[in-house]
Amino acid sequence: MTTRIDARFARCAEENRAALVTFLMGGDPEEATALELLKALPGAGADVIEVGMPFTDPMADGPSIQAAGLRALRAGMTLNKTLALVSDFRKTDDDTPIVLMGYYNPIYVHGVEKFLAEAKAAGVDGLIVVDLPPEEDDELCLPALKAGLNFIRLATPTTDDKRLPSVLSNTSGFVYYVSLTGVTGAAIADYRNVSAAVARIKMHTKLPVAVGFGVKTADNARAIAAQADGVVVGTALVDALKNSLDAEGRATGKTVEAVTHLVRALAEGVRTARN
Amino acid sequence: MKQNSFRTGPDERGRFGLFGGRFVAETLMPLILDLEAAYEKAKADAGFHAELASLHKHYVGRPSPLYFAERLTDHLGGAKIYFKREELNHTGSHKINNVLGQILLARRMGKQRIIAETGAGQHGVATATACARFGLDCVVYMGAVDVERQKPNVFRMQMLGAKVVPVQSGARTLKDAMNEALRDWVTNVHDTFYCIGTVAGPHPYPAMVRDFQSIIGAETRAQILEQEGRLPDSLIACIGGGSNAMGLFHPFLDDPSVAIYGVEAAGHGLERENGHAASLAGGKPGVLHGNRTYLLMDDDGQILEGHSISAGLDYPGIGPEHAWLRDIGRATYLSATDKEALAAFQLCSKLEGIIPALEPAHALAKVIELAPRLPRDHLMVMNLSGRGDKDIFAVAEHLGGM
Repeated sequence: MTTRIDARFARCAEENRAALVTFLMGGDPEEATALELLKALPGAGADVIEVGMPFTDPMADGPSIQAAGLRALRAGMTLNKTLALVSDFRKTDDDTPIVLMGYYNPIYVHGVEKFLAEAKAAGVDGLIVVDLPPEEDDELCLPALKAGLNFIRLATPTTDDKRLPSVLSNTSGFVYYVSLTGVTGAAIADYRNVSAAVARIKMHTKLPVAVGFGVKTADNARAIAAQADGVVVGTALVDALKNSLDAEGRATGKTVEAVTHLVRALAEGVRTARN
Repeated sequence: MKQNSFRTGPDERGRFGLFGGRFVAETLMPLILDLEAAYEKAKADAGFHAELASLHKHYVGRPSPLYFAERLTDHLGGAKIYFKREELNHTGSHKINNVLGQILLARRMGKQRIIAETGAGQHGVATATACARFGLDCVVYMGAVDVERQKPNVFRMQMLGAKVVPVQSGARTLKDAMNEALRDWVTNVHDTFYCIGTVAGPHPYPAMVRDFQSIIGAETRAQILEQEGRLPDSLIACIGGGSNAMGLFHPFLDDPSVAIYGVEAAGHGLERENGHAASLAGGKPGVLHGNRTYLLMDDDGQILEGHSISAGLDYPGIGPEHAWLRDIGRATYLSATDKEALAAFQLCSKLEGIIPALEPAHALAKVIELAPRLPRDHLMVMNLSGRGDKDIFAVAEHLGGM
């Protein structure tokens, strides 16, 4: 089965470039602007879109993404509304892969089977659930694969060779290599180690490897894109969004442009990395 | 199938029935597996137990007494009430039992930097104490609200050389302190040991903390046999995450004649939405902080902040083994409001000359309710898990004395 994610990474490979994977929090700063942003991302150069599912207690996220989740929750975001956001996006884009990213509790409380059916129907392609290691695969990963969704796993610098096979065994779509130990938005990683890490992962899998954590600028993106199949950018986009808000945290006329401006620069970085 | 023993959990996946597990980010998973292996090795090592026993005796002052609360018993006119005097331990609560076990383990694993979360500050003080004793770096995460209401403990931690980090995210209480400690751990996983203060978190923490706290129940068992010649009829303890309760209960789980009561914090009252911290009474199963357990949350799975006058009970979850004991019916879980706890706090101070912490005052509130209805030959043991020095200012404020 070829998914939108598989197709997109294959196309990027044909173009001899890395894919640009962008993250924004679903419903940040509220639903209407979030939808507008989502729709603007592919045109600005995003290849794969990660949509955060807001959660009160995001234990692997730094201050920027924590705050984005709280903004969305305060504006009334729910899991149902995040799924509706994806459905609305799909009305005009049947091509760009969408990955939902978040924590297990809202999904568990919603009901795993119900969530998977609704996510599939909404046009979601993959899931990244931070607090579900392979040891808990029967919770969501295996049911998700059965439902035809990709389950994308994070590999980290602490994932050693002994552990990699189990981390990769039920992973599909792509592998998300977290280039440093830490929360999202932490300091920029040492990119010299990225090639070696990507090579190590590729010894165990044929899946594309996208690298994230600490990517803030077009130069960062270019450096990673030379060494990996994808570049993931989250906190920098969330910060650009936040900096465009007014004093009350509401979207302004500049919000969409602030995000797409950075996405265009990152896309340019990704596209010039291997020249 | 009838259960042969209630004491064999968790299973190899860290589950107590539906509850427990290892719901953590991949970055932490290898370390959690290392920790489990190191703990299994230590458990089988007589040298580890001997070192811990020596510290218990000479540093903590164990065994803690099992004290007949004579005037309280007379006053209530029913069950014969005993206090397990964990408040007499060095650092003033049961928390030191667990901390010493974990610190010895951290030393075996070669970790120089210790992090901890704390609510009331008792676990933070215990951790800071053990780190001072063994020359380890110590960082304690504490909700900014708790830093305010537990000032004396903040000073104590600082005096002991720990760095106290006030946590400004979320409700700025224990839950948020735990989030921040987990974020630190994810970042500094190579040199840092996370000393969790309660029977929650990813496996092996719930089982490991329970084991280290089970000395409470093991001593109680020997002491009551010596003093009364038989087992108690009931045990009662307060529950935030539930470590003091689990430590008292566990050695008695397979004695069907012993009734077991845990007491959650009902805050302003269970009927008040988001006004209490009773996760068993008012929550449902969910996943937070590495384990599945009962949680206070809304219909969308967002965690509620909860409320209790006691910073140590102000937590929207509960240890997974308690969740399991509740569901299988081996233990009964009650709750006490802020008001009931304050009344019990005062009664204990005046009748027994013991100022309890606000946490065990919740258990005492239910002793006050249960004991008068029970016969005089009913033996009831309450875990007096901490002393109340840290709470006197907060209590005075509530009583209008300041």
